[in-house]
Amino acid sequence: MAQLDLRELNATEFPIPAEMQGNVAITSLSKVYNWSRRSSMWPMLFGLACCAIEMIATAAARYDLSRFGMEVMRASPRQSDLMIVSGTVTKKMVVPIVRLYNQMPEPKYVLAMGACASGGGPFKEGYNVVSGIDMFIPVDVYVPGCPPTPQALLYGLIALQKKIDGQSLANLDDVPWYGVGPSEPTPIPILGPDIIDPRQMDLIRRQAQLAAEGKPHTVREIPAPMKVAQVQQVPAKTQPAASAGDDPAKAERLAKREAALASKKEAEGGTAQAVAEAPAPAAAPDAQPKKKFDKQAMLDKIRERKGN
Amino acid sequence: MTDNALIEKVDVKGAIAALKEKFPEAVKDDSRQGYSGIIVDRKQLVEVARAIKDDFGFDYLSSATAVDYHGIADEMEMVYHAYRISGGPALVFKAQTPRNNAEIPSLIDVWPGADFQEREAWDLYGIKFPGHPSLKRILLWEGFNGHPMRKDWKEAYYEEDHKPFGSRWPGGWIRRAEELNVYGKNVSYPADFDLSKLSDRSEETLYNDLGLGVTVQEMGGSSSLKTDRLVVNMGPHHPSTHGVFRMIVTINGETIETLEPVMGYLHRNHEKIGERNTFLHNMPFTDRLDYLSSMGNNVGYALAVEQLLSQNARFQKPNYRAEVIRVLMSELTRIVNHYWAIGFLLNDLGAFFTPALYAIAEREKILDLFEATAGSRMMCNYMRFGGVAKDLPERLRSVAVKANDMVRDYNTMDYLTELINERIPRSIDELDNYLSESEIIKERTVGVGYLSPEMAVAYSTAGPLLRASGVPYDVRRADPYSIYPELDFDVAVRYNGDIYDRYLIRLDEMRESVRILKQILPRLEKTRNENPVPPKQHTPRVPLGESYGRVENPKGELGYYVVSAGDEKGPQNPWRYHVRAPSFINLTALGPMSVGHKVADVVAILGSIDIVLGETDR
Repeated sequence: MAQLDLRELNATEFPIPAEMQGNVAITSLSKVYNWSRRSSMWPMLFGLACCAIEMIATAAARYDLSRFGMEVMRASPRQSDLMIVSGTVTKKMVVPIVRLYNQMPEPKYVLAMGACASGGGPFKEGYNVVSGIDMFIPVDVYVPGCPPTPQALLYGLIALQKKIDGQSLANLDDVPWYGVGPSEPTPIPILGPDIIDPRQMDLIRRQAQLAAEGKPHTVREIPAPMKVAQVQQVPAKTQPAASAGDDPAKAERLAKREAALASKKEAEGGTAQAVAEAPAPAAAPDAQPKKKFDKQAMLDKIRERKGN
Repeated sequence: MTDNALIEKVDVKGAIAALKEKFPEAVKDDSRQGYSGIIVDRKQLVEVARAIKDDFGFDYLSSATAVDYHGIADEMEMVYHAYRISGGPALVFKAQTPRNNAEIPSLIDVWPGADFQEREAWDLYGIKFPGHPSLKRILLWEGFNGHPMRKDWKEAYYEEDHKPFGSRWPGGWIRRAEELNVYGKNVSYPADFDLSKLSDRSEETLYNDLGLGVTVQEMGGSSSLKTDRLVVNMGPHHPSTHGVFRMIVTINGETIETLEPVMGYLHRNHEKIGERNTFLHNMPFTDRLDYLSSMGNNVGYALAVEQLLSQNARFQKPNYRAEVIRVLMSELTRIVNHYWAIGFLLNDLGAFFTPALYAIAEREKILDLFEATAGSRMMCNYMRFGGVAKDLPERLRSVAVKANDMVRDYNTMDYLTELINERIPRSIDELDNYLSESEIIKERTVGVGYLSPEMAVAYSTAGPLLRASGVPYDVRRADPYSIYPELDFDVAVRYNGDIYDRYLIRLDEMRESVRILKQILPRLEKTRNENPVPPKQHTPRVPLGESYGRVENPKGELGYYVVSAGDEKGPQNPWRYHVRAPSFINLTALGPMSVGHKVADVVAILGSIDIVLGETDR
């Protein structure tokens, strides 16, 4: 499909005489870069699980990926632009995946195909399953489904093309590869007693220290809004537990049900209280308004990088 | 395979009685409610197993799996299902061991097919098998903390033993599991974990004893050719491994000396999750085992649970239309799978994607029917205990295509008739015409990857792999289920046991499937007014006991071993949910088949076994 049509590239603010429109285009460098990149996106020939079958079906005759310039699946990461993570990522497999990702030359994109690659999917609770590939490498597009139909995958790929269209040479924070020099490789996870993300080493050490001191070390503190709700439930929770008799499991279940009922009542009756609490978390993002784009600062930054 | 005709006449009951006579102290009946078979004293397990195999002719070990009875009795047990290769029901025998320092003698000398299954039991349950030559972890990595299938082992996202979790109902919480984990990930480390002593042993253990590096040897005799002996790693990311499979190959020059499969890269804990789920919850999970033939997987699981449910007086067996639809779906699935297998075998032989494209295009037609019937192209989740989820739709429709403004709209029966009578036979002939006599294909496949019938049975291989070696064993005939006894078809069998025969037998099987489907069509017409959908039941009350349901899936014998320990009132979850995956056990034969061939042949041999990693690793 990638037939060169200069009218596609031309920036609208520069009028070009009609007879020259086929030969001349005035445009930005970003647009040329993006146009060429999005039109020949080569995915890696790399399937993990069920979704890979749908990925192959997408590439086959009926859905025909080649309409989008993506039919050239490369078996080597060094020749590919796009990693379609098609299936459940296990702890054992995430090590090679990160390694493959590091081997891909920039610019590189990642598409998480299906529920498992996006967030663990139906197998999330499994002991060998990673809750989404974005825990380890950055993801550009998520395609939901279990597995996504070929149409859904095509839609995701078109979304990726749109995303590439919006990238700019000026914004180095968004797209590191438009800058100078290679970016840092993603640290490769280690298979210890469980998977270890090298970026979490400090946290692991801290928790081990807590464990050595005999403090709770596995469970995170329950996030604030939940905690508030639980504190309010405490009186309701203790009473039925005391009266439920000898079966502890039953008592616990009863307590949970009472707690749920209590919280439901509160939600219906005590809305005023909830409103009073609500602004506190909402205010947090407002405290740091998003920085406006400062052209001069950005140019300085570019110069600085080039200087390095 | 035994020649003694007398042995064949002794049925399972007779064999058990004779065994009890022969080993009065070691063998006793399994008298627990809902259980069958015998319990063998583990000290004499090997002798008893040898007698079962040699004296009574149960020469095919279908499944060997562990069960942890923590909380019920303080012991674990290994459950073995042995069959006669000439057909008939199973002789089930079990060996028990205390949970602490669990040990059961290895049966690898009696049935080499127990190899991977014992390694799996060691990996997931921590049962040691004295006598096993290389008892290494198989699905997880060396250094993993604990044995995860033990009942007292808790995963990082553990909430409760059984679903539905109390926090969801009646708790009402909507929260993500990672919010409660301090690392924000699905990880937990042992309390005494010391990061400074961390060593990643997962890779080095794979290469132990292989002699890393290159050694140059002078070839014997008059030749002055020098060859290198080196270790080559293939996978887990390799286009020819059909997923995330890995092989470690030692080659001398270009000839393979040893081949060791490494798996577990798609081990997504079906069985642990299956024990937390309710019985019905597991149905959609079975789709994702062999994701090319989900309908067949559904049937197997439904059979296993229906066996248990049939003790329940209120349970209604699937009616005739339900059985007809089950067979229809199973056989269409077989065709879908074999299209795929042939397409990708040719891919592996170097005919890059052209045959596969033809095969996939035909497959889409069948997927359309699946989508119209079950709502999904691949993950059908269609069977239910006592029937199917929905009847076949009246019409098959697709949305308007903008480009040509065409709405496809067919009567389902017309569509099926056209598909079965015209389209599928035509495309099978097309594949046959273009491929079977191709000089290149014959050159690459005839005589390569030979598997003898004795070895095929000993390694517990199943499906096309077993039948291409000249063993006419097909669960549909050997241990019939559903309405197969009344259908007229032959068990496809080929005798050379090489890649070429494994390719041909898939064509044969597709033709037999078409023959079955042609008999299904009038039955569908006749049962038009019956309702195949069972009454809705979200948590079926499953009586105590064990069951083993098995079907002939496209890849081979798919078995489900299900134990129900909950009574009528307790939690309705399987105590044990084990999948006897044909892809997993067929791989036992990969190493022996590949020795002596070239690396390029290994790719074709693997393609001819036709594995799916979702099922291999589970």
